[in-house]
Amino acid sequence: MKKILLSLLLTVCSFSTVLANSEGIAWDRAPNKTNDVVSLQNGAKLFVNYCLNCHSAAYMRFNRLTDIGLTEAQIKDNLLFTTDKVGDNMKVAMDPKQAKEWFGGVPPDLTVIARSRAGHNGTGADYLYTYLRSYYRDESKATGWNNLAYPNVGMPHVLWQLQGQRKAVFETTREHGHEVQVFKSYEQITPGAMTSVQYDEAIGDLVGYLQWMGEPSQNTRVQVGVWVLLFLLVFTLFAWRLNAAYWRDIH
Amino acid sequence: MIEVQTNMAQFKEISPNAPMADKLLNWVDNRFPASKLYKEHLSEYYAPKNFNFFYFFGSLAMLVLVIQIVTGIFLVMHYKPEASMAFASVEYIMRDVPWGWLIRYMHSTGASAFFVVVYLHMFRGLIYGSYRQPRELVWIFGCTIFLCLMAEAFMGYLLPWGQMSYWGAQVIVNLFSAVPFIGPDLALLIRGDFVVGDATLNRFFSFHVIAVPLVLVGLVAAHIIALHEVGSNNPDGVEIKAKKDANGIPLDGIPFHPYYTVHDIFGVGVFLIVFCSIIFFAPELGGYFLEYNNFIPADPLKTPAHIAPVWYFTPYYSMLRAITSEMVNVLIVIALGSAAWVALKTQLSVVVKGAVAAAAVVVSLMMFSIDAKFWGVVVMGGAVVILFFLPWLDHCEVKSIRYKPEWHKIMYGIFVINFVVLAYLGVQPPSHIGERVSQVGTLFYFGFFLLMPWWSKIGQTKVVPERVVFQAH
Repeated sequence: MKKILLSLLLTVCSFSTVLANSEGIAWDRAPNKTNDVVSLQNGAKLFVNYCLNCHSAAYMRFNRLTDIGLTEAQIKDNLLFTTDKVGDNMKVAMDPKQAKEWFGGVPPDLTVIARSRAGHNGTGADYLYTYLRSYYRDESKATGWNNLAYPNVGMPHVLWQLQGQRKAVFETTREHGHEVQVFKSYEQITPGAMTSVQYDEAIGDLVGYLQWMGEPSQNTRVQVGVWVLLFLLVFTLFAWRLNAAYWRDIH
Repeated sequence: MIEVQTNMAQFKEISPNAPMADKLLNWVDNRFPASKLYKEHLSEYYAPKNFNFFYFFGSLAMLVLVIQIVTGIFLVMHYKPEASMAFASVEYIMRDVPWGWLIRYMHSTGASAFFVVVYLHMFRGLIYGSYRQPRELVWIFGCTIFLCLMAEAFMGYLLPWGQMSYWGAQVIVNLFSAVPFIGPDLALLIRGDFVVGDATLNRFFSFHVIAVPLVLVGLVAAHIIALHEVGSNNPDGVEIKAKKDANGIPLDGIPFHPYYTVHDIFGVGVFLIVFCSIIFFAPELGGYFLEYNNFIPADPLKTPAHIAPVWYFTPYYSMLRAITSEMVNVLIVIALGSAAWVALKTQLSVVVKGAVAAAAVVVSLMMFSIDAKFWGVVVMGGAVVILFFLPWLDHCEVKSIRYKPEWHKIMYGIFVINFVVLAYLGVQPPSHIGERVSQVGTLFYFGFFLLMPWWSKIGQTKVVPERVVFQAH
């Protein structure tokens, strides 16, 4: 019996290594900022200013931002469009038909984007962190932009003023007898309003916000979980001794 | 007057000085068998004292059933079974309903936990021969519960209306269209539309929250009533009722309450530690309990690159994918070969041999003429249905794996590894090697059961003890 269980365990373990195969470019590890209120507020600002014009976050209410330390007055004054109310969801004004004409598709809702984009290469946050830092100039595309993490993406580089314009340098190599273009490095064409370190920091904030927005209760969840588990450990300890006390009579 | 007298005689009188609680219980007992039920199923239900680790999972399955029903009731209060609102209503539960996230994670984790617990519970029955006489009906009720559970999980998975929900349902319902003649109409009947849509969502919701749970609860009751009628098996496969004391109580039996209730409470504690660790710290469990793709709302126009069912269905999904047209040829050879073997090597009557040969030819012709996809569906369904026949397939002299021939343990070991490999392959995108492995795995799975009447008799069994093996704690 023990042998069966052991071999079972070994089989499961050997599979988990196979699971870790990769697809596409490697994703950078996003910094974890879901507990950092200052970063989350900055991320929320970036999100509302740069993303929310085309993307909705239709399941997220503006006043939920009170969870990251903003007051309703601050939300009203800084983050709301004039017509919105503080209890409204983060809807978008853009007409889906026009969106299709302009970008070739309706920009996806971003409420749970960080949860949906996880994969074998990392978490959804890792993907977004890589994606938003992988834009480069490509004149062959309709928008003039391309992306290494999402080739031929419909979205232009909305944050280009912050990052500046870059081009990607590719190197032609032979692989399995075929000529392939392998990415070498980025080359800055025009500087942005931020240095590359500042830009990475800002994207970290934005991604942290998207991650938090995907599940606003995630920090509460972990906090409650610690108490629940502490209770269960004590409960199980008592249950174990109680069981032993009863079974002492059985021979 | 006389009639009243006899009726009164059946009434148990209690001293007017008895405590209030005793009087109340007596009043109830005279009208409803409360004490009788309590005794029969708890305080005087004698269970073998040598239960081991695997015997926690029956009561844990009950616990998970209760968790699913109670959390389900609260989810239904806020969920909208409507195609344009379903996804949003789940996010509404996750965000705006107080503690909604907890209820939802309990339900989603509970679904997977149910299968973990039930698979281990079934494995216990498999290795200790708990399906053998006189427990055949306990096993059959159990298999029916498993079937209901699969239906329940499949239909429940559509409700969040994410991409995986949608396309998983689309793929599985389309399988029914492979049935000859009635297939397309059957698929249409299930969907209620030409594609999975609002009509499908509504009927799956209805089945998920009312029809299947009703059947499930009824079957669980039948499962337990049947079990308590025949008594529990144990890791030694020894019938404890064969050795009783002067009072008619099995010598190796102990009252379920308090000994196993207190035992199970400890089990519940350990289970909840694992269960709650997932709920609070990893509710998606790496995409296995909540699939990443399912956080994208269903889009009938965008087929995901890779559609895979949730982990608990993947062994069967692997078997479905294993049945290619090439594999059907292999099955034809096996069918005809077995018939030839029966004709040449057995001492059955000519009539039986003729019937077997005719059946093999008919089945082969059908396999030859009907699409492989249909046979995939037959194999997938057969993989579950075959479990029902287990009580009549096992011809070993002893019940428990402890006393079966040593090499049987290897068979059961391979069976488990094979099942896990099939489960793993079902998660992966199709590949050439994966296809071959799953084909071999499928043949082994069916061979294990169909050839059991033969192989279960081979080898030297060990001596089964008179009484159960038990070491005091």
